Amino acid sequence: MTLKKIRGLILELVGILLFLLFLAPFFIVVINSSKTNGDIIRDPLSFPLNWSLLLEHIKAVINSPNMNYWRSFLDSAIITILSLTAIVIFSSMAAWVLVRNHKKWSTVIFMIFVAAMVIPFQVVMLPLLSWFRKLSDISGIAFLSSYTGIVFAYVGFGSSMTIFILHGFIKNIPYELEEAALIDGSSPEGVFFRIILPLLKPVQMTVLILNGIWIWNDFLLPSLMLGLNGKVKTLPLAVTSFVGSYVKQWDLILTSTLLAMLPVVILFLFAQKYIIKGMVEGAIK
Amino acid sequence: MNYIKRKTVSILLTVVGIIVTIFALWISLQYRTLTSGFLASLVSIRGVLILAGIVFTILGVYFYPTKKHRTIINILFLLPSVLAFSMTVIIPFILGVFYSFTDWNGITLNNFIGFENYKDFFKSPEYIHSFMATLIFTILNMLLVNIIALGLSLLVTSKIKGRNIYRAGFFIPNLIGGIVLGYIWQFIFNYVVTNIAVTLNIKALSQSLLSLPNQAIFAIIIVSTWQYAGYIMMIYVTAIQGVPTSVVEAAKMDGANGLKRITKIVVPLIANSFTICIFLTLVNSFKQFDLNYAITNGGPSKLFMGKAIYSTELLALNIYKTAFTRNNMAIAQAKAVVFFILLAIVSLLQVYFSKKKEVEM
Repeated sequence: MTLKKIRGLILELVGILLFLLFLAPFFIVVINSSKTNGDIIRDPLSFPLNWSLLLEHIKAVINSPNMNYWRSFLDSAIITILSLTAIVIFSSMAAWVLVRNHKKWSTVIFMIFVAAMVIPFQVVMLPLLSWFRKLSDISGIAFLSSYTGIVFAYVGFGSSMTIFILHGFIKNIPYELEEAALIDGSSPEGVFFRIILPLLKPVQMTVLILNGIWIWNDFLLPSLMLGLNGKVKTLPLAVTSFVGSYVKQWDLILTSTLLAMLPVVILFLFAQKYIIKGMVEGAIK
Repeated sequence: MNYIKRKTVSILLTVVGIIVTIFALWISLQYRTLTSGFLASLVSIRGVLILAGIVFTILGVYFYPTKKHRTIINILFLLPSVLAFSMTVIIPFILGVFYSFTDWNGITLNNFIGFENYKDFFKSPEYIHSFMATLIFTILNMLLVNIIALGLSLLVTSKIKGRNIYRAGFFIPNLIGGIVLGYIWQFIFNYVVTNIAVTLNIKALSQSLLSLPNQAIFAIIIVSTWQYAGYIMMIYVTAIQGVPTSVVEAAKMDGANGLKRITKIVVPLIANSFTICIFLTLVNSFKQFDLNYAITNGGPSKLFMGKAIYSTELLALNIYKTAFTRNNMAIAQAKAVVFFILLAIVSLLQVYFSKKKEVEM
């Protein structure tokens, strides 16, 4: 009995230690965001003498032209929300058509989407850039340094995995449901928007979270399509550009990372269950 | 009556749409020669015209009353995804493979040069080193992430207090982008770790890990493990929770102790998730870019095969730098094609192994 108790205690201790170790980096960011640069270099582990410095640093970072926090936050939010909306609706439409048509073309299109999941971004990024540049030059629609282009690109890159996940889910929706509505005189698009789309809600959550986390944190694609110092700038780009122009000013750099992490951490605190569930389900499928 | 009206409107919309689109495309193709007059004033809005034309055409086709309405819906529903997908993935991919055999410089290409690009980099010390570093990084990272994740998952599924908070805590690094985490860890390695080492008088750690050419790669491994372990842990947790309690209880009755229950009952029963997690970490580690970019950005340099090279430049970063720092677009593209082939092999292996598992079960 006592042996069991001791073992339990050790387990608790290991748990707490690991937990602290895992979160230590965030703790280090918070305490150092409220110190002067000199204090940080001298002793990065001590507690700050006065916390009001944190507010000053936050103000400095928010107003810095490189970071332009609210603007970058808004850009990130707009790009993420627009992309997610488009991905969810368009991929659902495509997946539904691909499931409900048992023809050769539907299998081929689906296989291409699935196979393309293997293609890494690196192999398409250089031609993508030159091809998009050419496209904007000819059509007059800005594909680079604009919301349009990057949202369009995210719909393209996100559709593979999203269609794959949705395809698996729609397959399990009985066709009788649609048949009944069709007999009642509904159009096929009516069936999709009134019956299928509402039924997809549980799996849409997975799709939203998987794509949302990816798009929000993505660096390489926006850095190429928007540029590090372009008009439109997402948060990861803003942090990079900020770090580049405030070399070794760790008080400000750490504050900027703190501000960049904040939105996701806050979201996680509220939607923890859904986020973990969504990401795990996405991986298993 | 209604039928005819609808048909007329639909045909009208389609025709107007097609005409507007073609007209706008025609302007687009020769807008440089249009300098004055009415047409020149349309040049700046040619993008809007194209889009409007397409929308008109789509609406027209959509409203057309026909028995083949289902086919029209099929096409219209597939169109957005297929269009975006082919323009961002398929076309660039085909172009990319083609460019890798030419002397493409990012804008124009003059000659088809066969395998010259590939020959060029396969012998270069910089690429060989990058390749080996990626291999070592991928394998070590895969092992570490999985071992730690499995340990953590066993911890948070045991009966300890606050296991839900632990789960959330271990998971959180995974939600934040590699770029932001990379800068934080660069600070930790350069200032915090060295500071602790000096205070505790540990000579071995008093120099920053990031300035040692042969060890800097371990810094990225540490951060990458820290970032992914919580994610992989949750996959193991889901698997462990799927193990029926009756089986574990039965083993308990038969006198199996805690360790035995884990190694003999739980681990074999979650074998399936091992395949998933191993391949997931293999692919993710192989593609590592963000942490690499933000923590070391390839540095520090060292001598290898008689040449100065960057010691922590993993393949993804190597491709990026070949293209944008060294301005060798065609060679970077050839490297990217090789990168793709390697990833494709790993994915094929994964399909093979999971199929084999399914047969066994």
